[in-house]
Amino acid sequence: MPQAARALLAGLVVVGLGIFIASLRINPYLYFAGYVILQYIVIATAWNILGGYAGYVNFGTPAFFAMGAYTAVFLIQTMRPPLPVLILAGGLVSALLGLAIGYLTLRLRGTFFSIATLALSIVLQTMIINWEFVGGSRGLSVIRPSGPPFGNYVTFLFTVMVLLAVVAVTAARFIERSWVGRGLAALRDNEEAAECMGVPTLRLKLFATTVSGFLLGVAGAPFPYYVTFVEPNSAFSLDYAVNALAMPMIGGTTSWVGPVIGAVLLGSAQQLATVTISSEMNLFIVGVVLVAFVVAAPEGILGLVRRLRGR
Amino acid sequence: MFPWDLLANALVAGLLLGGVYAAVSLGVSIIFGLLDIANIAQPAFLILGAYAVYVVNTGFGVDPILAGLLFTPVFYLLGAAVYRVYYGSFERRGEEALRGLVFFFGLLFIIEVSLSIKFGVDYRLVQAGYLGKSFEIGGIGIAYRLLVPCLVGLAMTLALHLFLGRSFYGRAIMAVSQDRLALRLMGADPVHIKTVAFGIGIAAASLAGALIITITPVIPSSDRDYIGRMFAITVLGGMGSIGGTLVAAIILGVVESLMSTFFGPSWSQAVSFGILLTALAVRPSGLFGR
Repeated sequence: MPQAARALLAGLVVVGLGIFIASLRINPYLYFAGYVILQYIVIATAWNILGGYAGYVNFGTPAFFAMGAYTAVFLIQTMRPPLPVLILAGGLVSALLGLAIGYLTLRLRGTFFSIATLALSIVLQTMIINWEFVGGSRGLSVIRPSGPPFGNYVTFLFTVMVLLAVVAVTAARFIERSWVGRGLAALRDNEEAAECMGVPTLRLKLFATTVSGFLLGVAGAPFPYYVTFVEPNSAFSLDYAVNALAMPMIGGTTSWVGPVIGAVLLGSAQQLATVTISSEMNLFIVGVVLVAFVVAAPEGILGLVRRLRGR
Repeated sequence: MFPWDLLANALVAGLLLGGVYAAVSLGVSIIFGLLDIANIAQPAFLILGAYAVYVVNTGFGVDPILAGLLFTPVFYLLGAAVYRVYYGSFERRGEEALRGLVFFFGLLFIIEVSLSIKFGVDYRLVQAGYLGKSFEIGGIGIAYRLLVPCLVGLAMTLALHLFLGRSFYGRAIMAVSQDRLALRLMGADPVHIKTVAFGIGIAAASLAGALIITITPVIPSSDRDYIGRMFAITVLGGMGSIGGTLVAAIILGVVESLMSTFFGPSWSQAVSFGILLTALAVRPSGLFGR
């Protein structure tokens, strides 16, 4: 069987599995927790396309995520289109933001790029805080549409997130295996040398920032229906920035499997810590695990596995 | 009629704030500007310093600024230790750019969350006899809670300026990011010099934290308010120039004060980051670039 067909089949199997789990109607909290973990798979994968493949560290993940969420809020406030339209629109707006960030890489590299993305996130948050139509600083209640296509609304959103996660991971895997991924790896290792060898670095970077932005927006678009109350502090939370970074770092940044492993491990650990200890403790764990990994196992879990196999 | 007195008051408050912002940014100017180490955790050390002062002030009634001074040796050692870890894990292996950045980001997060686990998310403030008082010159009110930190901030700036320009260690710090080999030939160990510089940068941040908590109450996530300011001032000031840092800090203080007087305080955050984004995109070498 050819590669593409196998990937498609694997994706379909995962989506089918998601629908099956959704139809089980187990403890509703598990769908809530599952949604968050799946959302982090999308976010970590999206971050890794720019951060892991191209080597541009984006601290502005919350900006892209919240752009997706607030585009959805704006549309819900005005036209109330169906969920797929919200997701697509949220993705497109964030993709545009990604494109803009991509042009920024012309002048800013390394640390300066990262600081600029952090700045971008806070500027956007200030604008949203001062925009009353989408809730301003007080936030806004969002009413879920009545009658989801199947199950209740939470299991429906869970299934949608399964689909989005499959799309994100498939896209990342495809990019990694194609000439685009090799070009990005070349510019990650040495941008000047890559440019000299004829790698179209600007176009590749624009592609990476746009795709990464799109997927982050896609992850954020269903957020208003998930929480039903959107306010700037939760949508622009720095937790997204640190998780988006920590998950690929823990899993391994060079392969599409890395962010998935990181998101599942760290995401589940956080859900457990939130329930059993406290939500502050879960953030503390993320910080410590991130620092421990970046100091002791810079290649992540994938790197550890590779080293064990090598011996 | 245009409210001239409001403008004058905002200008003076902005100038005083600028002196404090200079103190806040000194550590970044040394660590990021001179050593080229992207220490994003710097604002977390600022707030950590503020909390240390808070504990001593509420427990023993020590003057906040004196308490800040007393803590500087502790933070110097803390900074030196952090640099040693950073050096051993990243710089020596030549992996500082990406992973070093992530390391400091994680550190920022750990400090912030530790503070909120220990102290909760309530606003904390300090007490001192002069804090509630103020005097007036020609219709312009000047509060001691702003004037004293500003003067201390200016003194810190001057002291650091003299230290960098006149002393052996200061000159070695200026030299270390430019030419390590030449420095080595002059009989100075680059790693040692960088350790000293990093310690001084963190100690400066902790003392600036004492100034911050004197001016305004602090919560664990206050560090986020200063990320943008610190880096905006450092970039605008020309990456490591102490004089440039002071000028940039005063510009930012005045602009922020005017914005919050005439448009409301919710916009003041956007000012520093707006300036930072513009500076990065248009002139990354800053106003006084080397």
